[in-house]
Amino acid sequence: MQVTSPVRDPLITGGKTYKDVTNDIARHVEGKPTKGWLLGLAVSLTVLLLGSLALVATLWEGIGMWGLNKTVGWAWDITNFVWWVGIGHAGTLISAVLLLFRQKWRTSINRAAEAMTIFAVICAAVFPLIHMGRPWIGAIWALPLPNTFGSLWVNFNSPLLWDVFAISTYFSVSLVFWYIGLIPDFATIRDRATGIRNTIYGALSFGWDGGAKTWMRYESVSLILAGLATPLVLSVHTIVSFDFATSVIPGWHTTIFPPYFVAGAIFSGFAMVLTLMIVTRKVFKLEDYITMGHIELMNIVIIITGSIVGIAYITEFFIAWYSGVAAEQYAFVNRMFGPYWWAYWSMMTCNVISPQLFWFKKIRTSIVATFILSLIVNIGMWFERFVIIVTSLHRDYLPSSWVMFYPTITDVGVYMFTFGFFFTAFLLFAKFFPVINMAEIKSVLKSSSEKIIK
Amino acid sequence: MERDKNFILGIFDDEDILKNAVREIRAAGIKIHEVFSPYPVHGLEEELGYRRSRLPIAAFLFGLLGTTLALTMQFYMMKFDWPMIIGGKDHAAFPDFIPVSFELTVLVAAFGMVTVFMVSSNLKPWGQPRIFDLRSTDDKHVMAIDIANNAAVDLEIIKGALKNSGATEVNSKSFE
Repeated sequence: MQVTSPVRDPLITGGKTYKDVTNDIARHVEGKPTKGWLLGLAVSLTVLLLGSLALVATLWEGIGMWGLNKTVGWAWDITNFVWWVGIGHAGTLISAVLLLFRQKWRTSINRAAEAMTIFAVICAAVFPLIHMGRPWIGAIWALPLPNTFGSLWVNFNSPLLWDVFAISTYFSVSLVFWYIGLIPDFATIRDRATGIRNTIYGALSFGWDGGAKTWMRYESVSLILAGLATPLVLSVHTIVSFDFATSVIPGWHTTIFPPYFVAGAIFSGFAMVLTLMIVTRKVFKLEDYITMGHIELMNIVIIITGSIVGIAYITEFFIAWYSGVAAEQYAFVNRMFGPYWWAYWSMMTCNVISPQLFWFKKIRTSIVATFILSLIVNIGMWFERFVIIVTSLHRDYLPSSWVMFYPTITDVGVYMFTFGFFFTAFLLFAKFFPVINMAEIKSVLKSSSEKIIK
Repeated sequence: MERDKNFILGIFDDEDILKNAVREIRAAGIKIHEVFSPYPVHGLEEELGYRRSRLPIAAFLFGLLGTTLALTMQFYMMKFDWPMIIGGKDHAAFPDFIPVSFELTVLVAAFGMVTVFMVSSNLKPWGQPRIFDLRSTDDKHVMAIDIANNAAVDLEIIKGALKNSGATEVNSKSFE
């Protein structure tokens, strides 16, 4: 028996029964695609195709197609990489950390958030892969395999190699976690279907029968995977931040980076979950499952992580001043008042000031305001990475090599490619997979629904 | 393995009634084949008398294997097979090996445990489960009682026990 405080708001509204849950969620998988969905898919596929031109150009001509120069050797590529990895943090955080904390509200959003994570990590992986010029060779060089001339190994002292391990482990463990959760729901769809759909979802459901013994093992696997994924989430962005923090570039060489990057990642990830879920709940009419309560709780996570990020920005400045190192101090003054002042102040406005609006209950519980702010947060987080990367590099040690960075159309195109991929993948997921974890919703229904069955 | 073919099914609507029913039926000396539910029912495995899953132990051992493999690989490559001085550090720069060791621990633990789960629960893409009642993945709990396994108990007593313990329907199911 689960005892839930009667003071708490119900997680699922509308007096749903178990049958309603199945019908409401499986309906979208079984029905014909809607016009809105087809339109969305057409737009994303167009963006994907246009973006692939830039991807092909990069692979054909080399990364000279990008706007990099001899001073700014890292710019949009790594900015986009860190941005996408950051977005990919919310899914596993919601499914793993909130599972360990027994936050039942996660059941409505974990499936879609994890799917988003997986697609975002794929988008992120595009950048380090294509920057190698010949990824079909480079991808092999990144693995601990002996090279053609003997056993010269990869460098295990390099954070870039740690990243290879961190991102690939994160991706594959998240994928497994997500898929294990999908198996019982695929079985539900299988048992409702006939013909070819029955065969396909039958194979996807791995012959799931829902026996008590299997459920017991399933619960055990979920808990252990959550326990493993929790430090994993924290490690991934920590290691991404090591790419910068272990270098000796003023503006990058700071010990605050790991926690600051992790907070920023959760911040942007939740913002992207909100952007997607606000649209999904509207289009699929899932307002009873993803309620205002869910949106408000996610907004609270955004205030917290946004404030951590804000404090990190200020701390960085203080430490730069307090260190007494002229180069360090200059790097920070240049961020604020140098030629990239607009990027810096966009970042400050979007990431530090705008999430503070969520302190007002009216704003926190408004769909429109939440949607707009979730977009603003992700714009701000993109600028954060751009500021850290480009403004720390563009004025290096010799004033004669001071330059500005200008992106080329190829830079823009490759970024577009990842957007096209992300939305295409998410739309396909939303149509063919159950967007909400039906089994987990049913398991919290009795204690958290508006109408208690019997 | 020869599988039994004839079952009596009790259909239940509510998880708490189900748990009481399992207790009562087991107390009456009837052996339950399995209970099929659309979602995990907490405490059901204890009522059914299942032993706690040993998957966490498997995960721990796989994790240990991952750590060992990762550290062995890194020390072998960096210290013994082709030592190089990088950044003026020792060849065996132990702190530098921690991130990769952590990641491989998680990777091997997760994949090892999931593989054991798949094998032990007989989950595979070509798996053909025996479905006792299609509603068991939707909104009903289905308790299956194997007739051959309860030869000593009269059929009517089993059906009566199911009815009395709160089953909304009592059906029988035979497989080919």
